[in-house]
Amino acid sequence: MKKRTFLKGAAAAVALPLAMTGPAFAQEKTKVGFIYVGPINDGGWTQHHHESAMKMVEEIGEDKVEMVYQESVPEGPDAERAMTQMALGGADIIFTTSFGYMDPTINVAAKFPDVNFEHATGYKTADNVSAYSARFYEGRAVMGTIAGHMTKSNVLGYIASVPIPEVVRGINSAYIHAKKVNPDVEMKIIWLYTWMDPAKEADAARTLIEQGADVIFQHTDSTAPLAAAQNAGNVIGFGQAGDMSEYAPSPRVSSIIDNWAPYYVSRVKATMDGTWESHSVWEGINTGMVGIGDITDAVPAEVKAEAEAMRDAISAGEYHPFTGPLKKQDGSDWLAEGEVADDGTLAGMNFYVEGLTGEIPQ
Amino acid sequence: MDLSAINPVLLVASLMVAATPILLAAIGELVVEKAGVLNLGVEGMMITGAICGFAVAVETGSPLMGFVGAAAGGAGLSLLFVALTQYALANQVASGLSLTLFGLGLSALIGQRYVGERPPPAQRLDLPVLSDLPVVGRILFSHDLMVYVGLALVVAVWAMLKFTRAGLILRAVGENHEAAHALGYKVRRIRILAILFGGACAGMGGAYISLLRVPQWVDGMTAGTGWIALALVVFASWKPGRVLLGAYLFGGVTVLQLNLQAAGLAIPVEYLSMSPYLITILVLVIMSSHRSGAPASLGRTFHASQ
Repeated sequence: MKKRTFLKGAAAAVALPLAMTGPAFAQEKTKVGFIYVGPINDGGWTQHHHESAMKMVEEIGEDKVEMVYQESVPEGPDAERAMTQMALGGADIIFTTSFGYMDPTINVAAKFPDVNFEHATGYKTADNVSAYSARFYEGRAVMGTIAGHMTKSNVLGYIASVPIPEVVRGINSAYIHAKKVNPDVEMKIIWLYTWMDPAKEADAARTLIEQGADVIFQHTDSTAPLAAAQNAGNVIGFGQAGDMSEYAPSPRVSSIIDNWAPYYVSRVKATMDGTWESHSVWEGINTGMVGIGDITDAVPAEVKAEAEAMRDAISAGEYHPFTGPLKKQDGSDWLAEGEVADDGTLAGMNFYVEGLTGEIPQ
Repeated sequence: MDLSAINPVLLVASLMVAATPILLAAIGELVVEKAGVLNLGVEGMMITGAICGFAVAVETGSPLMGFVGAAAGGAGLSLLFVALTQYALANQVASGLSLTLFGLGLSALIGQRYVGERPPPAQRLDLPVLSDLPVVGRILFSHDLMVYVGLALVVAVWAMLKFTRAGLILRAVGENHEAAHALGYKVRRIRILAILFGGACAGMGGAYISLLRVPQWVDGMTAGTGWIALALVVFASWKPGRVLLGAYLFGGVTVLQLNLQAAGLAIPVEYLSMSPYLITILVLVIMSSHRSGAPASLGRTFHASQ
C-alpha cells in the first residue's frame, strides 16, 4: 500500500507541472511508454519488446525521444493504474505489450484522447488505439516440421500459457505440420495459466519429458523448459520470442524471434509528425516481424532444407500454414482442399484441429 | 485419456523436488513464528537467497557453496528485519512486507549480471547398490543433497522443539515473552537467532529453485512460493510434521495435475490448476479444526522495559 500511495503521489507531482506549463513543454521530446508483462531480462517475450524499444530510441535519436517503461505489470485492473500513471506523466504514445492489457488499454485510452495507444496481440481498436500482432503461427509451422522429423518417441510436448486464440493457433499450426511429415505423432498439452513462471515451466517440461515427449514446444517466456530439456538429454526444444541461442546447438535447434523494432520506429515517427492513425496490423515472416532463428547442426541437413523451404514459401506468400483439407477436432469440416483460412477465423480461433486430444479451457 | 503414460515412481520423485523449496522456507518460518515473531518477508528472503546462491555457485563453480551463499544471503536480509523489529520495535507485519518488496528489488539488481548464465550442475546422489533398486532406489536414494537436507531439517526442528531444553525456551519465548523474560531468558537474542535461522532456510529454499529446479536466474522467479510457505505454516498449526505433509501434498498435487493434463484427463484444466491450493488447504484445515496452535505472543513487540 505504501508503495502504491507513493507512486500515486509521484505521478501527481509529475503531472502537475506539465498541466501548468501546457503542451509546449511536453512536445520538446516525444515521450514513449512501454508496459511489460514480465521483467526486461526474461530472455524471451518482454526482453525482445524492450530490446526493440531501445533500438527504436537509438534509431530515432535520444535527443528526440524519451523512453519510459514499467516491467512486470500484472494483467488486469492494476495495468490500468500503470497506464494512467504513464499517460499522466506526459507520454505521447504508449505500447501495451500483452494480450491481457487489451481492455485496460481501451479503458485508459478513452480517458486520454490525445495520447496514442498501441496494443500488442489483441483485436480491439479505437480512435487512439491501434492493434499490432505478429503471425507467430507461421513460425510454429516451421518448428512443427522440424519436430515431426526429429521425434523418435512420436510424442510432442506443448507448454501452453493462457487459452487465447494466439496460443491455440500456435498449437494447431505446430501439430498440423508435425503430423504432415510424421503421421504417428501425438501431442501432449499442458496449460499453465501464466506467461512467466520458471519453476512451473520447468515442472511442466519435466512432466512432459517423463511422459515420453522428446520435443518440447513452449509458449511461455522463460528459458526454463530448455534447461529442463538439456538436463534430460536427447530432448529438443525451440527458442520462444527470443533466439535463446545460449541453449544452441541443442536442445535449442531453432527459434521464433519477435522483431518489433521496425514497427516501433514507424509508429513513433508517425506520432512525432502527426500522421499517426489507428489501425490493426498482423505481420509475419514476410516483413521480418517473425524471424526464424538459425537452425542448428543438431538437425539433419535435409530436414533443415525442408524447414527453410517452408519458411521461404510462407514468406513469399506461396504457402499458408492453414491450408485445407483440414478438419476440426470433432471431425467436422473446416477447410476444403486448397482452401486457406481467413484472418477473421484465425483471429478468434478457439478450436483444436482433428487429431489433438483434450479440450481448450474456456 | 492415457493414464498409463504416468509413471508413479517418477511422479513421487518429482513431487519431492517440487516440494523442497516450500518445505525449506516453511520449516524456517515455523521456527521464527514459534519464537513469537511473524516475518512476512519469506518471499523476499527466498528471492534474495535464490540470486545470492546462484551468484556464488556461478563464481565458485560449486553448487554446495551456492547453498551456503544462499543461506548467508537470506540470513543477511533477515538482519534488516531484526534491526527493524527487534531494535527499532517497528510493526512486524509492515516490516515483513517491506522486506519482501526490498528483497525483490535487491535480487533484480544483483541478478542483472547473471541473466542467461548457467549454474554448475549439482550431482544427484548415486549410491552403488541402493540407487539402482527398482522403485525405492529412484524415490529414496537418487535425489540431490538438498532434498535430504530439507527432510533432515524437519526432523531436527521437530526433535529440537519437542525434546530439548533449547526448544522449550524457544517455545516459552513465543508463548509468553514477559514470563520468559522474567525467568531470565534473553528474549531478544533468542528471537534474533530464530529470525536468522528462518532467513537462512528461506534463502536455501530460493536457491533450490534457481540452482536445481529451474536452473537459471530470472527476475522474480520464486513467483509467490514464499507466500505459500507462510500460509502452510499457519495451516499446519505450527507443527513440523504437518508442514512436511502439507509441502509434499502441495508439491504432489502440483506435479500430479501437470501429469493429468499431459495425459489428457477429462477434467477441466481450471480445476486441475487450482487443485494444489484447494486440496492442501482443505486437508490441513480439517486436520487442525479442533484448535489453533498459534504461539500466544505471535507478532507482538517485546521490550524489556514494558
